[in-house]
Amino acid sequence: MNGYTSFSVASPSSGFGAEAAATRNSKRPKYSRFTQQELPACKPILTPGWVISVFTLVGTIFIPIGTVSLLASNKVVELVDRYDTACVPPSMTDDKVGYIQNDAIKKTCTRMLKVTKDMDQPIYVYYQLDNFYQNHRRYVKSRNDEQLRDASKANETSGCDPEKTTSDGTPIVPCGLIAWSLFNDTYKFNRGTNEMLNVNKNGISWKSDRKHKFGSDVYPRNFQTGNLIGGGKLNATKSLSEQEDLIVWMRTAALPTFRKLYGKIEVDLKENDIVTVTLENNYNTYSFGGKKKLVLSTATWLGGKNNFLGIAYLTVGGLCFLLATAFTLVYLVNARKPADPAHLSWNKNPPMH
Amino acid sequence: MASERPLLDLSPRLPPPAADLPKPIPSSRSSTRFRGSLDRINFAPEVLGPGAGAALRYGSRAESSRSGASQKDIPDEDARIVFINDSARTNSRLEFAGNSIRTAKYSFLTFLPRNLYEQFHRVAYIYFLVIAILNQLPQLAVFGRGASILPLAFVLFVTAVKDAYEDWRRHRSDRIENNRTALVFSAGGYFCPKRWKQIRVGEIIKILSNETLPCDIVLLSTSDPTGVAYVQTINLDGESNLKTRYAKQETLLRAPEKQGIAGLIRCEQPNRNIYGFHAHMEIDGKRVSLGPSNIVLRGCELKNTSWVVGVAIYAGRETKVMLNSSGSPSKRSRLETHMNRETLLLSGLLLTLCTVVAVLAGIWLGIHKSELDLAQFFRKRDYSNNEDDNYNYYGIGMEVFFRFLMAVIVFQIMIPISLYISMELVRLGQAYFMIQDASLYDEGSHLRFQCRALNINEDLGQIKYVFSDKTGTLTENKMEFQCASISGIDFSSIKDLTAVDHSIHSVIVGDQYWRPNMTVKTDPDLFRLLRNKRDTEEGKHACDFFIALSACNTIVPLVIDTPDPAQRLIDYQGESPDEQALVYAAAAYGFVLVERTSGHIIIDVLGDRQRFDILGLHEFDSDRKRMSVIVGFPDKTVKLFVKGADSSMFGVVDETKNGSIIHETKSHLQAYSSLGLRTLVIGMRDLSREEFDEWHSSYEKASTALYGRGSLLKALATNIESNLEILGASGIEDKLQQGVPEAIQSLRQAGIKVWVLTGDKQETAISIGYSCKLLTAEMTQIVINIDSKESCRKRLEDAFVMTRNLPGMEAAKTQFALIIDGSSLVYILETELEEELFRVAASCHVVLCCRVAPLQKAGIVALIKKRTDDMTLAIGDGANDVSMIQMADVGIGISGQEGRQAVMASDFAMGQFRFLVPLLLVHGHWNYQRMAYMILYNFYKNSVFVFILFWYVLYTAFSLTTAITEWSSVLYSVIYTALPTIVVGILDKDLSRKTLLKYPQLYGSGQREERYNLRLFMLTMVDSVWQSLAIFFIPYLAYRHSTVDGSTIGDLWTLAVVMMVNVHLGMDVFRWNSITHATLWGCIAATFICVIIIDTIPVLPGYWAIFHIMETWAFWFCLVAILVAGMLPRFAAKAITEFFRPNDIQITRELEKFRNINDRSSSSEVAMSTFAIHQQQQQQNDSRDFVL
Repeated sequence: MNGYTSFSVASPSSGFGAEAAATRNSKRPKYSRFTQQELPACKPILTPGWVISVFTLVGTIFIPIGTVSLLASNKVVELVDRYDTACVPPSMTDDKVGYIQNDAIKKTCTRMLKVTKDMDQPIYVYYQLDNFYQNHRRYVKSRNDEQLRDASKANETSGCDPEKTTSDGTPIVPCGLIAWSLFNDTYKFNRGTNEMLNVNKNGISWKSDRKHKFGSDVYPRNFQTGNLIGGGKLNATKSLSEQEDLIVWMRTAALPTFRKLYGKIEVDLKENDIVTVTLENNYNTYSFGGKKKLVLSTATWLGGKNNFLGIAYLTVGGLCFLLATAFTLVYLVNARKPADPAHLSWNKNPPMH
Repeated sequence: MASERPLLDLSPRLPPPAADLPKPIPSSRSSTRFRGSLDRINFAPEVLGPGAGAALRYGSRAESSRSGASQKDIPDEDARIVFINDSARTNSRLEFAGNSIRTAKYSFLTFLPRNLYEQFHRVAYIYFLVIAILNQLPQLAVFGRGASILPLAFVLFVTAVKDAYEDWRRHRSDRIENNRTALVFSAGGYFCPKRWKQIRVGEIIKILSNETLPCDIVLLSTSDPTGVAYVQTINLDGESNLKTRYAKQETLLRAPEKQGIAGLIRCEQPNRNIYGFHAHMEIDGKRVSLGPSNIVLRGCELKNTSWVVGVAIYAGRETKVMLNSSGSPSKRSRLETHMNRETLLLSGLLLTLCTVVAVLAGIWLGIHKSELDLAQFFRKRDYSNNEDDNYNYYGIGMEVFFRFLMAVIVFQIMIPISLYISMELVRLGQAYFMIQDASLYDEGSHLRFQCRALNINEDLGQIKYVFSDKTGTLTENKMEFQCASISGIDFSSIKDLTAVDHSIHSVIVGDQYWRPNMTVKTDPDLFRLLRNKRDTEEGKHACDFFIALSACNTIVPLVIDTPDPAQRLIDYQGESPDEQALVYAAAAYGFVLVERTSGHIIIDVLGDRQRFDILGLHEFDSDRKRMSVIVGFPDKTVKLFVKGADSSMFGVVDETKNGSIIHETKSHLQAYSSLGLRTLVIGMRDLSREEFDEWHSSYEKASTALYGRGSLLKALATNIESNLEILGASGIEDKLQQGVPEAIQSLRQAGIKVWVLTGDKQETAISIGYSCKLLTAEMTQIVINIDSKESCRKRLEDAFVMTRNLPGMEAAKTQFALIIDGSSLVYILETELEEELFRVAASCHVVLCCRVAPLQKAGIVALIKKRTDDMTLAIGDGANDVSMIQMADVGIGISGQEGRQAVMASDFAMGQFRFLVPLLLVHGHWNYQRMAYMILYNFYKNSVFVFILFWYVLYTAFSLTTAITEWSSVLYSVIYTALPTIVVGILDKDLSRKTLLKYPQLYGSGQREERYNLRLFMLTMVDSVWQSLAIFFIPYLAYRHSTVDGSTIGDLWTLAVVMMVNVHLGMDVFRWNSITHATLWGCIAATFICVIIIDTIPVLPGYWAIFHIMETWAFWFCLVAILVAGMLPRFAAKAITEFFRPNDIQITRELEKFRNINDRSSSSEVAMSTFAIHQQQQQQNDSRDFVL
């Protein structure tokens, strides 16, 4: 008995193989707790005690988290201003596409925002696009990450259709629909009418992207030179890793409504301050009915304004308490003695045999 | 190591044959020396093999092969014509297969295409392949090339490596086999060695002792002057006893070296029937018929015969053994059949989802048609070259079609292909544990449990009917002589005499002791009678009785060396265990059979060696149900000994003589039968010289008759077997296997109906029924043994009325046992009465069929299979059970005394009947429970994933973007979630072995399909939709107006879904052992690691996303909220059902866990059976070997 735990299964054994199989099988199985399936194990059973304590425990954890989340969310001050329609001159409201495509018309537009509550710096400036499917399949695929990070791979334009090369065949850097459709509205902020609020546009993108995804020696080439201009142009003298707006834009959003960080205002705003926004309304969302919004928001440890998590936690926590109570009540009314053989079906109605 | 040696050489002290013994009449054409034995040999083709034992094993192979060798002619077109010693001419008409064998499937060149071809026979792989091909179309490229092909390639590669390894091993063994050598008669007129692979049909081959046959040969001559050859067929059917084969007298003396030999053999085309052969040989203008006793098959080993010469008739892959070497038939488990139904439902769901996406996409495209030219995210128009070109857009119709196909690719894992692979692995694991189980190991035969079919493990948990053979299955088929009735005196006070004096029944040969291999308990009175009162009438009778036992059989004694040089063992070899028992018994009383040749036997009669001539022998046949020998005694008298079943014997007894003895014997037989003993009656008649001469001349005539030889010989036998004097009767115990009554009781408690189908006669069957507790005294027996169809119908109708209409409450309590015999079944099976029988049988608690033929056994199984959905299991050990084993849903072979035929045909093989209890109640229950859960769980986990993808697609303008990276999609079923379900499928146990054995009723959960049914499937799917909603919408709502990018939220969804399905699994795990912990948590950890690795590849869009999101609280809050919200309904539902509507399993689980607390208080918990008590004792001993 050499511990050779042979394992012969269904091998179509011929008459000759049978003998070998017989000798192989003629060994006593080696005993171990594993082979006899007797490994020590914990056998959890959902006793009422367990169930009630689990529900109570979840409730006790969830309610405080929900409360804290809700408080955090409520602390966030958020100013949202939809400007895409408002910035269209009244004369052009019927032909918004014509308006946006007409370079002759000046696109500058001024918006006033009233600060509803004190906002502590940093105040994040976002633009929000609605109905822009940055997650559309033909859009997300239209990029080439090799080209973006490596100057020697400028010719790598696979997947970039239809913004691959110029008409004479030289590659576009950065290629693809995503880069081509770079958002190019710009915002300038003043407090009141004269105090200019500086927007810090450094560090709005992920450091990991700047360092590894976008090459510091890759410079834009042939960008936005085609017949159709999709969006913003790039400064050809700055390497891609320094073009933070592009880096932010190219981290494609998950959902058709999304915000992208534009910059940070590093000044506290007080309640009832009026913020004047001077914006260049360049980006064409009119052709597909998209919306553009400007968002100024503070942030907490939990992020921006969103009551959902708090409410969700409170709801689930509350539900758990409810279930715990319900279980306790039912248990008190209709207790079953656990492990009672009398409940076994064959003890209840003995079979005949 | 014991070696066998022929006895002929070792009998120096043989008394010379008595001088004036009636000499066999000289034959006109051949030497007289072997006359008597030659006559005997002529019988062989007619009765097919020495099968006296078959008298007691009705319906065994001796029976079935009979029909195969009738005297009918083989039409030329169906025949194979072999010219003896002329292989060129033999092969000229049709090229017969050469003798090289090839079990390997592939060659070096054909491996790749053939292996791929075979692998793609599985639907699952085709599905994989189609999806992968679809994905290669540029319009549909959902996944990158690598991601789409990787899983398929991986699976194909692993399987190919496994196949290649197995095939290499087969190649190696083929090569060894083909290059062995055998002596073949060459043109030069002598035998010279030739490789096996070069042997051709028609060649003459010489085999020496202990050599293996290279092909199927027809015997021409043997070293034995009478043409007998002994072969061992262990490689063929596993039977280790010697079988006798005969060369035809016509060819016996023709040595090819001297006279040369020519002729032709007209035989059947190659077929699989090992026990049948039918041919004619034309030699010297004579036509000789050949039967299975004239052919020796490839793989047999020649024993006890120094050489044989034969002509090759089937070679290579046409040999019977090769034709039989196919694997066991593949069956499909009940669960898998059900699973296919659900898979179809899922396919429907998949198509629905795809259609929904495609249609919505079409609508969306229609609405936004005008906007899409310029929309930055779509840019339908390609301005780069030509103004009017559309970029990658084919019109709404085509787009919808493409979207549909893309949706199929994206949602492909809705059909859980990986499940098929997981199931195979789980079954492999389950099989491993079944094989390793110490309680399924047979100590006696050193046999482990064998899993021959791998795909029906879980069927073991759903068995409703067990059809069991009796002999060798319920009983050991080790016959033991128990009692004798001699001349009306009962000798049944059996005591073990071995300790008293073992020199008594050993034979002294030179300076050696020869002892029978087996000791038998003897009756002291009878012993004394034989020792001391041999001269009395009684003593003479007793002497004759034992000489009859020693002589009237076909047993061959073999002498085996023992470590002690002074001692040898005599091993009695024969096909019938009953005969063996009788000869051993005779030896124990001092009548030791020492030698048998075809002409004489030598019996050591109480120390005095005597030679008896066998002057004639009528072998057993199933019509006469008896056999007889004509023995020439040393004192010149001739006696006829007849041995047979009581029913046939009392018809030929001379009732005028000794009426009281007959009466006494009958009553003894009754008593033996009711004890469950197998009985035989021995009769004798003195033959006068005239009678013998008359018999001999008719015998001579009959055996040379050209036509109707068989019936002539039968008539002759019937003629001489008459007016017998009763010598006595013997009672042989067919010992019940250990633990059979307890096992049957457990099975019946488990709600399994046990039917016994046996070839035994009714009384024996009933008495065995009582002794194995199948029948009890309270049962009302309905016996049907009728010989006409109309009365069968009437009896069945009466029986049905009876089972229904017992007055009042009685009906509920009375149990019925149906006992039906084979002759009645002839009128019932496959007629309209089947329905009637089914109705009666279904309302009976026990069904016992006796005297059934092999095909009837299968017919009865089919009767149930056709009419109910219940799972059937057949268990048996003999060749006569093969048809039943193959017919039943699960076939179990007992590797017992009767060879490996049953095992070869079975799905599972084991050593003892009682192993059925742990096999079904424990392993079956576990397997079913595990597999059922695993299938549901796999449906669930893939569906959750698909639904998450689906919800997201609704937010991507139906463009089938996935936020979860393609690599995670691929790895989801391979790494993220695969291992825990496999481990749980192999290791999880809802209840312990002890509990399952203690409460056999728990087995009902499998019979009622409680763990896998449509309702559970639906609930699981609803749960999966809820969980997918929780997983998708909690992050969606939490991140709705944020800067989150696709990869980041995709990572969150990936981690959430993997944790969810693993926690879900964890909640359902019954037993958490170290391995479960390791795989479950390990898998979650592995997922984190994989996601992190994927996110550290800079060219993938999700670069570093996981690190960014893990820094935020919102991520962790989302994850926790998802898990809690997702599991809440399931947890609550589980808690409610387990507590308020507990099933038996739940209660017993509690019992198991809180046993210590409840042990004393619960006096109502009655021990279920002695079996259970035994179990408990085992537990208390904490015995490592779990033996029932």
